[in-house]
Amino acid sequence: MSDHEYIPKSKFGKWFNDRLPLLSLANHLTDYPTPKNLNYWWTFGGILTFCLITQIVTGLVLAMHYIAHADMAFESVEHIMRDVNYGWLIRYIHANGASMFFLAVYIHIFRSLFYGSYKSPREIIWIIGIIIYLLMMAAAFMGYVLPWGQMSFWGATVITNLFSAIPLVGEGIVTWLWGGYSVDNPTLTRFFTLHYLIPFLILGLVVLHIWALHVPGNNNPVGIDIKKPSKDTVPFHPYIVIKDGFALLMFLIVFAFFVFYTPNILGHADNYIEADPLVTPAHIVPEWYLLPFYAILRSVPDKLLGVIAMLSAILILAALPWLDTSKIRSAVFRPLYKQFYWILVADVLILGYVGAMPAEGLYLLIARVATAYYFLHFLVVLPVLGFKEKTLPVPLSITEPILGGSPNLVAAKNDERLKE
Amino acid sequence: MSEKKTNRRDFLFTATYAVGAVGVGATVWPMIDQMNPDASVKALASTEVDISSVTPGKTITVLWRGKPVFIRRRTQEEITEAKSVKMEELKDPEKDEDRAKNPEWLVMLGVCTHLGCVPLNDKGDYNGWFCPCHGSHYDTSGRIRKGPAPTNMEVPKYEFVNSNTIKIG
Repeated sequence: MSDHEYIPKSKFGKWFNDRLPLLSLANHLTDYPTPKNLNYWWTFGGILTFCLITQIVTGLVLAMHYIAHADMAFESVEHIMRDVNYGWLIRYIHANGASMFFLAVYIHIFRSLFYGSYKSPREIIWIIGIIIYLLMMAAAFMGYVLPWGQMSFWGATVITNLFSAIPLVGEGIVTWLWGGYSVDNPTLTRFFTLHYLIPFLILGLVVLHIWALHVPGNNNPVGIDIKKPSKDTVPFHPYIVIKDGFALLMFLIVFAFFVFYTPNILGHADNYIEADPLVTPAHIVPEWYLLPFYAILRSVPDKLLGVIAMLSAILILAALPWLDTSKIRSAVFRPLYKQFYWILVADVLILGYVGAMPAEGLYLLIARVATAYYFLHFLVVLPVLGFKEKTLPVPLSITEPILGGSPNLVAAKNDERLKE
Repeated sequence: MSEKKTNRRDFLFTATYAVGAVGVGATVWPMIDQMNPDASVKALASTEVDISSVTPGKTITVLWRGKPVFIRRRTQEEITEAKSVKMEELKDPEKDEDRAKNPEWLVMLGVCTHLGCVPLNDKGDYNGWFCPCHGSHYDTSGRIRKGPAPTNMEVPKYEFVNSNTIKIG
């Protein structure tokens, strides 16, 4: 890193930088040496930053028109949709933006899983990421409650009741969360407050996430440590900035498609009915991005154990750097892990599907098998694989396989010898 | 400094930490307790319901403390069915006599003990209630028979003010 030698050109810049080294920081960010082989799966960090900013800006605008009161919330949202200038657009961006945010974060997480980005020395980046993910779920859940529709109300009831599974103090905690004996106005106002707060907590954690990333630098598709700066790296600006920008544009096409053509497809029609504490909708489902965990919750017949299984399914990710015993990062050089990786992807998609279906008959059976496999992957497959798997030879640098014409080290070495 | 001796300074440190901890606790508690039900919520503790229009086999649902309360006037068959169940068959054993003081009237919170949804009337495998959220079945006494709910639907404190009025709470 060249921050320490950086000297601003202008006299004022130098004066300012000596007092607050913002220019050094900007220089570090533009010159930041990045592996030159980063593929498009690496562009989702930038896309996620965009999503966060979008949610904050649209949320800020919505908060100017929204009224956090049980008697007025539903109407105020309709007021935003019908009366406020461009209110429909801003709300649709915010509502679909949450889904886009999760879409991007799932790709980002699964990219880490494939290329082993969570492994030493990047465990702290990974754990901060998991905390951000948890906060995202909390923010999304509370945001979904604010329109005070039927799904808002009953989703809030079901999720807060999860805490009642805790022995002895559970009921007290639920009453405390509600500020009453059921989900009601006090619950709505505190959810609004927290929904407003969490994005800024996430923003702070994103700064730490990037800071922690800039210590070891990016992982890369080959998954090897590289010298920085070297012929294996390119400066962040303009190379990565342009690539991230292009990927963001592609992502925005998908985003805009949802906002302008099917703005309600990811929501639930029942949420356009005002909350009624006397009637539960016939079929309660959470938003799509929470479905796999919902399936895990429902697949366990015991209330407390169901809640524990659901929370463990998320928290187990934080232990991943230690559960995965393999020293090789990238799945490119792990033929067995690569297969288990895709089985896990399928498993999570299946869980998501059965989470949206009624919990009975065949669906319940599939959910149970998929839940068991999910935990098996992390608790048995990953630890064992590190010892049993025969990995492929890893290149010494990013440039080597390209120049050698083959990712196989021996073949590349032979090639070089032949040339000599 | 090989020898560790307790001196005046150690005592002062410990005493300061202890007082500090009490101070922090006393400051934090109001911040936590403000989220508990406030006086106006607690004030809505009881409600009186006119039940004169409820015919046998009918259920009315009233709101009490923001929660639905089922008041069902049970038919003779339902009462017989509820009383004939053996205790061993129940997940949360409770006699029907203990749940309905007056066997004709079943008063209970219409809240599924799993995750708080409102179960549907006259549904499910036991002719009582069925929760659409996660599939819990309750019998004609509101007792859990099948599904993920751990306990029977709760019977609130209530009394008959006169033959036509029930006071809940």
